[in-house]
Amino acid sequence: MAVTETYPDELRYHQEHDWARIEGEEATLGITWFAQDSLGELVHFEPPEAGATIAKDASYGEVESVKAVSDLITPLSGQVIEINQKVVDAPETVNEDPYGEGWLVRIRLSDLAEADSLLDADSYRQLLEEA
Amino acid sequence: MQTLLRTPLFERHIALGARMVPFAGWEMPVQYEGVIPEHLAVRHDTGVFDVSHMGELEVEGPRAQELLQSALSNDLEKLGDGDAQYTLLTNESGGIVDDLIVYRLTPFRFLLIVNAANREDDFDWLKEREIAGSDVRDVSDEYALLAVQGPRSLERLGLEEAPAFTFAEGELDGIACMINRTGYTGEQGVELMVPAEDAAELWDRVVERGATPAGLGARDTLRLEVCYPLHGNDIGPETDAISAGLGWVCALDTNFTGVEELRRIKEAGPRQRLAAFVMEERAIPRQNMPIEGGGEVTSGTHSPMLDRGIGMGYVPAERAAPETELTIDVRGKPRRARVVKKPIYKREAGKSGGD
Repeated sequence: MAVTETYPDELRYHQEHDWARIEGEEATLGITWFAQDSLGELVHFEPPEAGATIAKDASYGEVESVKAVSDLITPLSGQVIEINQKVVDAPETVNEDPYGEGWLVRIRLSDLAEADSLLDADSYRQLLEEA
Repeated sequence: MQTLLRTPLFERHIALGARMVPFAGWEMPVQYEGVIPEHLAVRHDTGVFDVSHMGELEVEGPRAQELLQSALSNDLEKLGDGDAQYTLLTNESGGIVDDLIVYRLTPFRFLLIVNAANREDDFDWLKEREIAGSDVRDVSDEYALLAVQGPRSLERLGLEEAPAFTFAEGELDGIACMINRTGYTGEQGVELMVPAEDAAELWDRVVERGATPAGLGARDTLRLEVCYPLHGNDIGPETDAISAGLGWVCALDTNFTGVEELRRIKEAGPRQRLAAFVMEERAIPRQNMPIEGGGEVTSGTHSPMLDRGIGMGYVPAERAAPETELTIDVRGKPRRARVVKKPIYKREAGKSGGD
């Protein structure tokens, strides 16, 4: 199915297998290679409402494979400014390109300091190895 | 921790990189490459499933048929040697202890292929009711079972067509097996029953002939698209055959356990019915989700053929007719669905085969 296992160094990670690409006061969110591989081919993305406020460590939506449903956990707090319609229409995009075309939402950050609590790629890889 | 049982094909699954999960006390492959590609392989070409976890019971003796006729809902008189029949093991209230296929080997010897989770219950149920001149044995451990299913399955196996629900002794590439014209996918195909020690070799031959290994994930999406009930989800000891839409496998003019109750339900009309539905909005129904106005989802999934959510569930009888709009509570969100005539998915016209 998907690309080979990778965890790009420029991203920050949440232990619930979600990633954030922080760019100034905005961030793009998605799920990691590990998350999409565990779920299998995604067939549904239940996005938040555009404009919704989402809180760090809480669920902001769901993704589903044939067999399973998984909450999306936001690594950072903020307001949803864009939803990836391509993933709504073709959820398998996440499996094909979890860090690129398969991003899920963009948010405007409400607390820039929260980023300090996230894992870097090495720490996240270590977490996967220990699991 | 309970130790999970393994089929004779366990090593094959591991070698293929299958994702193994616990199922009914067994460690079984849920998927190899992915549920959707495996599903499509069965719909368009050929898939092979290890269903060796299923139970095999033999009932033998001059009064074997008498015992079975008193326990099973369908009419055994309709069977000759080499015939098979879908039937129900029922309880006193007309509930479904198990659904199974009975094979008549000889007038005095029958094989029952039963759900893995119910193997012991079925055996105990029949053993308790055993009469002089009938002997019930659990022979599950002696056999493996491979389901080879799909529109090209017979061609790939080099088999001739034969009527659905028949079986014969045969061989595949020199490996003797029982070739059953049965399945759980809605496609043409066979289920091959083979001595456990020959299972791995038979699996290899079937895969070499081009069948795609398919796991329990695809088995579930395939059966739900064609509305075959799953015992434990859609039917069980608390649900009766009439409400489940299985009246066609109940010979109400014969005497079997629970028949009076089933006659009564049929006469009065069931209060609820097992309806099939398709989602009208993007959402995937799942087991136990409430249906507005009464009832709940008993099976739900994403249909690879329709590319949308599908399911079955019990609804009040007056809401079970095709085209009825249903609202399903998908984790707190109301989502629209529409009742459809079973099966949800129908094989393209022009392709023949068993069902």
